[in-house]
Amino acid sequence: MPGGDSGMAERAPDPAGPIGSVTTEPLWVRRILIAIAIAFLGLFLLMPLVAVFFEALRGGWAAYRASFDDPDARAAIALTLTVASIAVPMNLVFGVAAAWAIAKFEFRGKSLLVTLIDLPFSVSPVVAGLVFVLLFGAQGLVGPWLREHGVQVIFALPGIVLATVFVTFPFIARELIPLMQDQGRADEEAATTLGASGWRTFWSVTLPNVKWALLYGVLLCNARAMGEFGAVAVVSGHIRGQTNTMPLHVEILYNEYNLVGAFAMASLLAGLALVTLAIKSFLEWRFGGSIASAPAH
Amino acid sequence: MRAAGLSLKEPSALPGFGLSLGYALAYLSAIVLIPLAALIYRAAGIGLAGFADVLGDPRVLAALRTSFGIAFAAAVVASLFGLLVAWVLTRYRFPARRIVDAAVDLPFALPTAVAGIALAALYAPNGWIGSLLAPLGLRVAFTPLGIFVALVFVALPFAVRTVQPVIGEIDRELEEAAATLGATRAESVFKVVLPPLVPAVLTGFVLAFARSVGEYGSVIFVAGNLPFVSEIAPLLVVIKLEEYDYAGATAIATVMLGISFVGLFLINLLEAYARRRLGHG
Repeated sequence: MPGGDSGMAERAPDPAGPIGSVTTEPLWVRRILIAIAIAFLGLFLLMPLVAVFFEALRGGWAAYRASFDDPDARAAIALTLTVASIAVPMNLVFGVAAAWAIAKFEFRGKSLLVTLIDLPFSVSPVVAGLVFVLLFGAQGLVGPWLREHGVQVIFALPGIVLATVFVTFPFIARELIPLMQDQGRADEEAATTLGASGWRTFWSVTLPNVKWALLYGVLLCNARAMGEFGAVAVVSGHIRGQTNTMPLHVEILYNEYNLVGAFAMASLLAGLALVTLAIKSFLEWRFGGSIASAPAH
Repeated sequence: MRAAGLSLKEPSALPGFGLSLGYALAYLSAIVLIPLAALIYRAAGIGLAGFADVLGDPRVLAALRTSFGIAFAAAVVASLFGLLVAWVLTRYRFPARRIVDAAVDLPFALPTAVAGIALAALYAPNGWIGSLLAPLGLRVAFTPLGIFVALVFVALPFAVRTVQPVIGEIDRELEEAAATLGATRAESVFKVVLPPLVPAVLTGFVLAFARSVGEYGSVIFVAGNLPFVSEIAPLLVVIKLEEYDYAGATAIATVMLGISFVGLFLINLLEAYARRRLGHG
């Protein structure tokens, strides 16, 4: 284990320190800026969140509960859980492998690889879905061949999983890479020199050092996987009870003017988002520097 | 180590390089690179005349203009307020700062469709905000303004989170020096503190813009989706697909993808420039 310097994030210096008065703004300026920031965030971020729960409960608790008795709603929840339980582990294994190669070794083309990992962030979710339709659809490049062999990808589970994996591809890798780069490879080299095998080094040295960042990456990846809409909308075909994920079911109910049903389903996803953010804040507060501070986008 | 002279990697005592890099590259190719190559292959099959056909359609042009124009405006607003929010969160201490800080990530975690129906409910003429704006003659939901609001929501965390760590790294001694040399606080903020933040703000802007151009879920519920008025390019891709017009969908998608890649390229240039000029990045 390292000497004990891994840990708490440095707190920003207190602006009210002895020389603080020349490096901060007058109190009234600070108050106005804080007020503008909070008002802006309240209007753009908080209000929509409150609206979800308000609209979901508008018809009362019984109506809210009843909206989950619909078999289509249950099928959508089950499908979303299935998709996330396949997509997240896939990206988890990739994220760990990519971070190990990038953080622990020097090789040519590394920065290109990092850029390519970020690529899915700059691709519209709709385009991500389209790409798989062009490959596996009825008129796609390999779609007809797959169909002859009885494999359906588009309008079925494999297509939804592929689209979800594409869209959530970078999340775990991005959480791990900067942190593992910061930590360097001295710990691992020490373990290897002392005779630990590669796996033993990874499980006993690397993993404990990055576990909280890994957990947050998995949570964020999971929230995005369960909530993905555009890419999945393109590949799913919207077959009720079969290829409808939770966000797609929200859309269908909303378009049918079943607002309580739509917002009830949406409230589950909003709750998931809140839990994700709460755990992230807790981890940052508790473990500070062992969560990567790089922008998670 | 074997084949040191010709090796692509520097020697290392740690094992697992071949396995981890090999797996990462194979997976990256299977999930991202080959599918994107399929799109480019399809686009090449359309030919220039095909592209001109699709992009000459006034409805497609209007959708692209709507998407890029409103995404630009939303990214500008998100960048300005993002800078302010990042500044307030890094420099000032106030009650509930941690909760406010966590809330910035909400658009990352909240599914876009959920955000979309929530914004539609808020800004509809009978919604909480819509009913306040209606007497002023201002309609947000089901107009281009609705797209703008949704895109600001989506873009905001990119703007904040790109600038925030850079503000945290600013050397306070520079500000102290400026103050010692007689600068007023406003002078040191605008002449000493803000200029080094410009590359980060621009990077945040490009990220916010790229994300906004491609955004679909949160927009379609508040946009009204009127052709020539409030129809965005990603929606048109979906419409073309539903009409089995694969060439049309591919052409629009390729234009969007091309502009995203230019954006990525610009970010990399910016970051390289910032590293050279300012010694951090």
